[in-house]
Amino acid sequence: MIEIQNITKTYGASTVLNIEHLLINKGESVGLVGNNGAGKTTFFSALLDLIKLSTGTIQNNGNVVQESEAWKSTTAAFIDESFLIGYLTAEEYFYFIGELRGQNKATVDALLSKYETFFNGEILKQKKYLRDLSKGNQKKAGIVAAFIGNPEVIILDEPFANLDPTTQIRLKQILKELAVDPKITLLVSSHDLIHVTEVCDRIVVMDKGNLVKDISTSVQTLKELEEHFNPAHLI
Amino acid sequence: MYKHFITLEKKSFWRSASLSSEILTKILAWSGKVYVVGMMILASFIGFKYIDHELCINPLDVANTFLIYWFIIDLILRFIFQKMPMINIKPLLILPINKKKIIFFALGKTLFSFFNFVYAFFFIPFSILLIVKGNVSIVDVLFWNFGLIGVVFFNNFFNILLNKKNHIVYIFALVILILGSLQYYEYFNITQYTAPFFEGFYLSKFLTLLPVVLAIGLFFLVFAFTIKDVYLDTSVRLKSKKVKTESLDWLNTFGRTAIFLKNDIKLIKRNKRAKATVVLSVIFLFYGLLFFPDSMGAYKGPFFGILAGVLISGGFLLNFGQLVPSWDSSYYPLMMTQNIRYKEYLASKWWLMVLITGITTILGSGYLYFGWEAYLSVIVGAIFNMGVNSHIILLSGAFTKTPIDLMSSRNVFGDMNAINVKTLTLSMVIMVLPIVFYAIGHVIYGPPLGYVLVSLAGIAGLAFRNLVFDKIEKVYKSEKYVTIDAYKQKK
Repeated sequence: MIEIQNITKTYGASTVLNIEHLLINKGESVGLVGNNGAGKTTFFSALLDLIKLSTGTIQNNGNVVQESEAWKSTTAAFIDESFLIGYLTAEEYFYFIGELRGQNKATVDALLSKYETFFNGEILKQKKYLRDLSKGNQKKAGIVAAFIGNPEVIILDEPFANLDPTTQIRLKQILKELAVDPKITLLVSSHDLIHVTEVCDRIVVMDKGNLVKDISTSVQTLKELEEHFNPAHLI
Repeated sequence: MYKHFITLEKKSFWRSASLSSEILTKILAWSGKVYVVGMMILASFIGFKYIDHELCINPLDVANTFLIYWFIIDLILRFIFQKMPMINIKPLLILPINKKKIIFFALGKTLFSFFNFVYAFFFIPFSILLIVKGNVSIVDVLFWNFGLIGVVFFNNFFNILLNKKNHIVYIFALVILILGSLQYYEYFNITQYTAPFFEGFYLSKFLTLLPVVLAIGLFFLVFAFTIKDVYLDTSVRLKSKKVKTESLDWLNTFGRTAIFLKNDIKLIKRNKRAKATVVLSVIFLFYGLLFFPDSMGAYKGPFFGILAGVLISGGFLLNFGQLVPSWDSSYYPLMMTQNIRYKEYLASKWWLMVLITGITTILGSGYLYFGWEAYLSVIVGAIFNMGVNSHIILLSGAFTKTPIDLMSSRNVFGDMNAINVKTLTLSMVIMVLPIVFYAIGHVIYGPPLGYVLVSLAGIAGLAFRNLVFDKIEKVYKSEKYVTIDAYKQKK
């Protein structure tokens, strides 16, 4: 589904992203972990063609993202609040995204009704603009908007951050369902190793722009990751 | 302590992401200031001489009569242009800094405003002339000036109060409107009452203390208001009110363009900054009053009529269009990842501008009062706006890299940061091009051919719309990454 070849991104003398090769198959769910500055958001931005790569190509569904825009109809993402339109109510925002993705109101409503428990009554019918919702509620709206229009690739940057514990658990449930769907390729970054190993069947570790680990999730994965991020010789 | 504040301010300027355009802005602003200072000095000499020699009345009396207008105009100018004392207050609130000190610094900063000094360049030469040539005693002139300084600082703090309390603005505007129209229709002349007051500065010396005392009182009032507001939940965080979800389905006849059109209408309705643009375009409707009445001899050249037509019908187009796509700056990454064709996006902005240009053209029919030719130039200007200027302005938008803070309306008159060489050139083209077309026709055959040529240019622009959009789309695409990056830099 997604194939990355020799991509680098440099700002002046510093290289912030440098991945030789990475192949993500259709239906996989990939968790991206790494410390601050590892290049996770940069990587996602490159996948979405929001930054100009210094070298290399990214293919999404057979199309090079820098050249063709065909990937846009099958890919959805929520990176940060710049994916929200602050002066719309949540409903208007969902319908707007729906219209762009060729979904009518009824279809969007049907999808939204599936996430009623996730919203916890704090998103729909609030008589508030998105900009006036709390950070956590904004995030809920943004995440669900990324599910509209049957996307084949879903990219979520730090979806767990800023959410309350109940919502985190519910989100984990939702992401797990998406992960097992063979039609959906899921990419999630997180600082929470437990969440990410629970949700994803493949974990990619980044460090200073490089890919340092690529493992299929198993019983040992969490331990392995904890050791990676807190090696014994440092204690 | 204040040393820290000053270094913070310096750093925020020099390390700003849009430094180069800010420097350009500063240079423009300073040349403007130098010009104003020059005009002040000139006005004081010429004014004094004219009143003294030609009218043979005492310049001081004349000055006292007009001071009330100066007082009001100064307040209006301040309200529009003077920057409010803003310091990045959030990170300072939890630090061990006395809140009073923060406010003192912020309010103190306003004392150094250009508005508080510029009048000195008028009053100092004027006062010297009064002493030397006008036989007014030094003591009187000093008291007079002392009182005026009090008035200047009174205005300084009154303006801050106006900016804080909306209802005072309404009351103030109403009072000015009533007094202004009473004076215009000669029922009541306020200067009869205010002139003795300003005379009182030197006739009964103690009156000079009144503005000074009022200014100081106002300072403490503003201080009290501000210090109450220094909590995150009042002035820093914005209030929210109940709102309704709107569908605007009647626009669906526009097909896919409607998706954006609906959004743009909500954008205009729900954001201060965009609403201010609408107000500004209404003001543009009155541009013709500068050109068409016979009393306005200065603008009577044959080529100015068409410029008036462009400005009257194009107020919204010019003010809104120059900030496409900056209107969507806060969610630009979203737009860039949805399956949107730039063309559809641009087309929706184009339709919005064309629709509103149509509305302003209809509203402009009031100019029929000045004869059919005046309104003809409005219609021809509108055709040119729709066909040519709409495209030029969308093109110039591709080079506008300033994110817009939709929630603040303060910047609407001074959004100088959005100006760069490319957009400046293109806005020159917008003004000059219709004049050139008209002038060619006018010189060859006379006004009719001038109007025909301008209209033809507009119609040609409409005919080649798709071709032009393809070109603009290419520019937008090549600027995409730079634009995304620039919009991330919040001010």
